[in-house]
Amino acid sequence: MRLSKTELILLGVAVLLAAGGVIAPQWLVFLLTMALAKAMVVQGVVMQMRAGLVTFGQGLFFCIGGYAVGMSGHFLNITDLVLLLLIGVGAAVLLAMLLGLLMTRYREIFFAMLSLAFSMILYGVLVKSSALGSTDGFNVKAWTLFGWTPASGQAPLALFIIIVACSGLLAVLLHRYSRSSAGMMCEAIRENEVRVEYLGQSPRWVLYMNYVAAAAVSALGGGFMALSAGHIDPEMAYWITSGEFVFIALLGGTAHVAAPFIAAVLFAVVRTYAIEWMPHSWQMILGFTLLAIIVFLPKGLWSLFTAQARRAKA
Amino acid sequence: MTCILETQGLCKEFGAVTAAKDVNVRIHKGEVVGVIGSNGAGKTTFINMVTGYLKPSRGEILFNGQSIIGRTPRAITRAGMARSFQVAQLFAQLSVLDNLLIAVSAAQSPFPSLLAPMRNASRIEQADAILAEFDISRWRDTPVTAVPQGVRKLIDIAMALIGDPQMLLLDEPTSGVSAEEKTALMDTVMRVVAQHQVTVLFVEHDMDVVRRYVSRILAFYSGEVLADGAPEAVLSNPRVQEFVTGGPNAHKRAAQ
Repeated sequence: MRLSKTELILLGVAVLLAAGGVIAPQWLVFLLTMALAKAMVVQGVVMQMRAGLVTFGQGLFFCIGGYAVGMSGHFLNITDLVLLLLIGVGAAVLLAMLLGLLMTRYREIFFAMLSLAFSMILYGVLVKSSALGSTDGFNVKAWTLFGWTPASGQAPLALFIIIVACSGLLAVLLHRYSRSSAGMMCEAIRENEVRVEYLGQSPRWVLYMNYVAAAAVSALGGGFMALSAGHIDPEMAYWITSGEFVFIALLGGTAHVAAPFIAAVLFAVVRTYAIEWMPHSWQMILGFTLLAIIVFLPKGLWSLFTAQARRAKA
Repeated sequence: MTCILETQGLCKEFGAVTAAKDVNVRIHKGEVVGVIGSNGAGKTTFINMVTGYLKPSRGEILFNGQSIIGRTPRAITRAGMARSFQVAQLFAQLSVLDNLLIAVSAAQSPFPSLLAPMRNASRIEQADAILAEFDISRWRDTPVTAVPQGVRKLIDIAMALIGDPQMLLLDEPTSGVSAEEKTALMDTVMRVVAQHQVTVLFVEHDMDVVRRYVSRILAFYSGEVLADGAPEAVLSNPRVQEFVTGGPNAHKRAAQ
């Protein structure tokens, strides 16, 4: 597999980030782990935004990934991290393959509201499920990796290195996807669906593949979130959680695969400090941040880099 | 001559409005057929039914002897019948080359690749070749929003032609193009379609354009085919002159 310059940079940043984790304080390692897990879900939102669809329900697959990991440990005694994550992704893919049959019939606000409806149905089911801890959720068992059990102090750093490695690989794959025929076809559908149909391509099939792939990526984020936080609850499927993913997607923009990662880290930092400074009205700071981004950088943070690149080219 | 497209008793009703009434047409391979008619005559309804955008209320459509009733537009495109649009249907945020690459990619497979790059040497070569055929290579890397209307029309037709269709339906290829550019645009289009040996059916309002390029005319009025035949015979038909072209000396009166 030959890597492009962009892909080498993405992997290089991942290596640097993983190395930085070794010397970083534990609170920062945890914050970055959570941010990267959320960034994976945001990648799913961005994949659909590139096809012209806004989802207010990506929390559905985030939650499925998290609960599949938690339940596999709790009920099946599975602790291997790779297996747990695969189960989470597999569960989301199966659900997305079913829901996608309906979802890909809808566009614009109807798609957005239907995605929200499905995530809220899951939220409602989980809240009423006492076996799964109802509104409190339940704790996730400690993970192992191919038989190796990290010591309690090592687990956060080890998980951080694993999620950074996964993020690097995911970034390369999504970068390739965005430039592939399927990725470009998503952009074409956003621009002119009728034309795509008259070129002999099925927009529904392309959107279906994209929907399932986005669900898989988001479920991976949910799985990592469950393993990192060690706890899952129905809030993962709540509409505010899904709204947060849209918020981060808008913050970063859709122009590059790195944008959701940068935006998720920035969001985590802003939120952490906002809560520290204004514990009762931190949401206001986030609101003003988004307002500033929409007014001054309507194409998201990544437009800062593209503007810089344009200036350098000129 | 072999019949490529045949409609039998084609009807389309929108509630109480009849947009197509018992349309019986046979188009033969290699023909260049002009479709004329005033606004609301049923020309676009006919094109939309034939290309699968609208389902006929009654009747049959045969393409190469096979019924295409109920097939999707993409299935009909894949069967070999492509179309262009009255308003060029392009991907506005993309460059001219990317528009054509998407068309090439779509023509190659109904299942687009998830990881292989869309921009590869063979696709770029194919896109460059069609740009050269239409003599619009200089616009290759320009966003389509920045190219002139006439060039947009050519890109629209190039995208339809890229899948090597047997038949091409052009919906008002010169609409929105200045009178001075019309002839040059149609000369280019007809030169390229002749090279590709495509059967052409095109809707047009400009009778000078129709006379210049077609071997046969279908005149529509109120959802029906009013006349069908050689250009001079159809255009001198008193009913066509009364209901479609606006009288025997309409073009002379317009010129005055």
